[in-house]
Amino acid sequence: MIGEGTHSTNQRRHAYVQENVEVGFFTDPTVCIGCKACEVACKEWNHVPDDGFVWSGNSYDNTGHLGASTWRHVMFVEQDRQKGGQIVGSYSVTGNGEDPFRWVFLSDVCKHCEEAGCLEACPTGSIVRTEVGSVLVQNDVCNGCGYCVVSCPFGVIDRRPSPLPDAGGAFKCTFCYDRQKSGLVPACAKVCPTESIVFGRLDDLRAKGQQRVHQLRETGYTDAQLYDPQETSVRGIHAFFLLLGEPEAYGLPPKPQVPTIYLKSAWTAAFATAIASIIATLVAFAFSS
Amino acid sequence: MDAPASEKRLEQLREKAWQEGVVPGRGVDVVGGPIPRKPGYYGEPVVKPPVWTWEIPLYFFFGGIAGMSAVIAFAAVLFHHVDLARAAMWLAAIAGAVLSPILLIMDLGRPHLFLNMLRVFKHRSTMSMGVWILTAFGTCAVPGVIALELHTHQIFTSTLDQLLSFAAGIFIFGAAIFGTLLATYTGVLIGATAIPAWFLHRTLLPIHFGTAGLGSAAALLELLGHRISALNFIGFYAAAVETALLIWLSVDKHGVADRAIHEHGSGWLIRIGEVLNGPLALILRFFGLVPLAAISFLIGALISRVGWIAVGKVSGSDPESVFAAERY
Repeated sequence: MIGEGTHSTNQRRHAYVQENVEVGFFTDPTVCIGCKACEVACKEWNHVPDDGFVWSGNSYDNTGHLGASTWRHVMFVEQDRQKGGQIVGSYSVTGNGEDPFRWVFLSDVCKHCEEAGCLEACPTGSIVRTEVGSVLVQNDVCNGCGYCVVSCPFGVIDRRPSPLPDAGGAFKCTFCYDRQKSGLVPACAKVCPTESIVFGRLDDLRAKGQQRVHQLRETGYTDAQLYDPQETSVRGIHAFFLLLGEPEAYGLPPKPQVPTIYLKSAWTAAFATAIASIIATLVAFAFSS
Repeated sequence: MDAPASEKRLEQLREKAWQEGVVPGRGVDVVGGPIPRKPGYYGEPVVKPPVWTWEIPLYFFFGGIAGMSAVIAFAAVLFHHVDLARAAMWLAAIAGAVLSPILLIMDLGRPHLFLNMLRVFKHRSTMSMGVWILTAFGTCAVPGVIALELHTHQIFTSTLDQLLSFAAGIFIFGAAIFGTLLATYTGVLIGATAIPAWFLHRTLLPIHFGTAGLGSAAALLELLGHRISALNFIGFYAAAVETALLIWLSVDKHGVADRAIHEHGSGWLIRIGEVLNGPLALILRFFGLVPLAAISFLIGALISRVGWIAVGKVSGSDPESVFAAERY
């Protein structure tokens, strides 16, 4: 945590890869200042190419969404809590304590799911689970079939279009696996000036997250909650978030599901169709002979 | 509370501000202004739409024809329609072992790495299963058609010819079994994804793709001159099932969650495709207009495959659909 200097889990060296320790990111928007250092550090360290300079008009967010060339994305959520209409003036002046607007920054990233849709879908074995529990795309194995893209319940992974370098392959956050193998902290967490992004042991972080939610609720942020869908088929995520308000406002699905849960019913229909087609064809020939 | 812009209104506002210290009320909706009017996060997609291009719907179409041609070939061999069996096996081999792999490889982001598909066998990855099904199908269909041709033309002497006819039977049987999977797995492929309009119809999709494949194979063989009553029967069966699916699709609506099927251009593609290979093909066949029914079915089957990929693109880009689909 901030103030711990080089003792902070974001700065000190570790041996999580060697010790097979499950690690995670805890991202806390209540201390994020929207500096985008995480985006810059990620791009620089991982040699992620730029994917265009576009003015979105959406607050200070000109990044848009996670994708093949965007592995960290700072969201600028403008929450209008008086849903529906614009409010002129500020209620807090009159002392009822409610700011009609809230400006929340949240650094989004690949969730590194416990049951990862992309990993299950990959037909080449390019996507693997690492010793620290993260989900890694091996770029040299990926042949760009694009099936992981539609299998991610969070819309994180994407195929990189031409003419960008390494085009045609699927890309997403690597959890800085290269750095972690050398005992270093992922680049985004290392540079975060307020430790809004915290890197560390997953169990420690989950406890820390709970603690932070209680703290915030006690100080009046009654809608603070953790976003870590452990009760859905995704069974929890390694990069989890604290949210103010509902997940929808952050473009996060409230109940993400890993698409493999649909396999049973779909294959049943496929086998039934296969058998029905054979029977229909045999009947057709039997009756016309 | 859209008060008209007037001096009187401004006086009212001043009065209210003086008395209450705050003026709550609607401002002006600035186009592109900072207040999010779009669902989710500035209307950004929650899941990613498919990156697939025209090769994939075409592959679904040819894969369906190839797979189900092998089924027809197997039945034709059993019931001694040798010419039909040969034509059907040629279709299976050309569409399944040549066109389909070419289309699949063309769609890859890195076509030169296509062999990496055969590194692993993952039953939980439908893409992996599909590649293995296609490989197994090609492995049966190509030797099957060669053996069948050699046997038909009596190239070899009696013992070897008997062996050939036995081999042809085995390979055609294998092609038929893998063929049914080749024609139906594509429905599982897109049905077991995070795209709402797809996964909500995961049981309909394999039935639709498989049956459309069977009907297309019969239709194409009819257009190639094999006008026998068995193919006509298959044509009736496929068109009848497709008509039932059209009804199912228009009854089994999920509102916002699968609106890509009922609205937009993608919705029209689905509708046109299903009408062409469902009721229209059925009616044409009923009146004995077999070639027209066959053409109608084939075009419908192709349009509907294009339509389902278009549905995926629309549905995957629609954040509201993803949120709404979580209720189902």
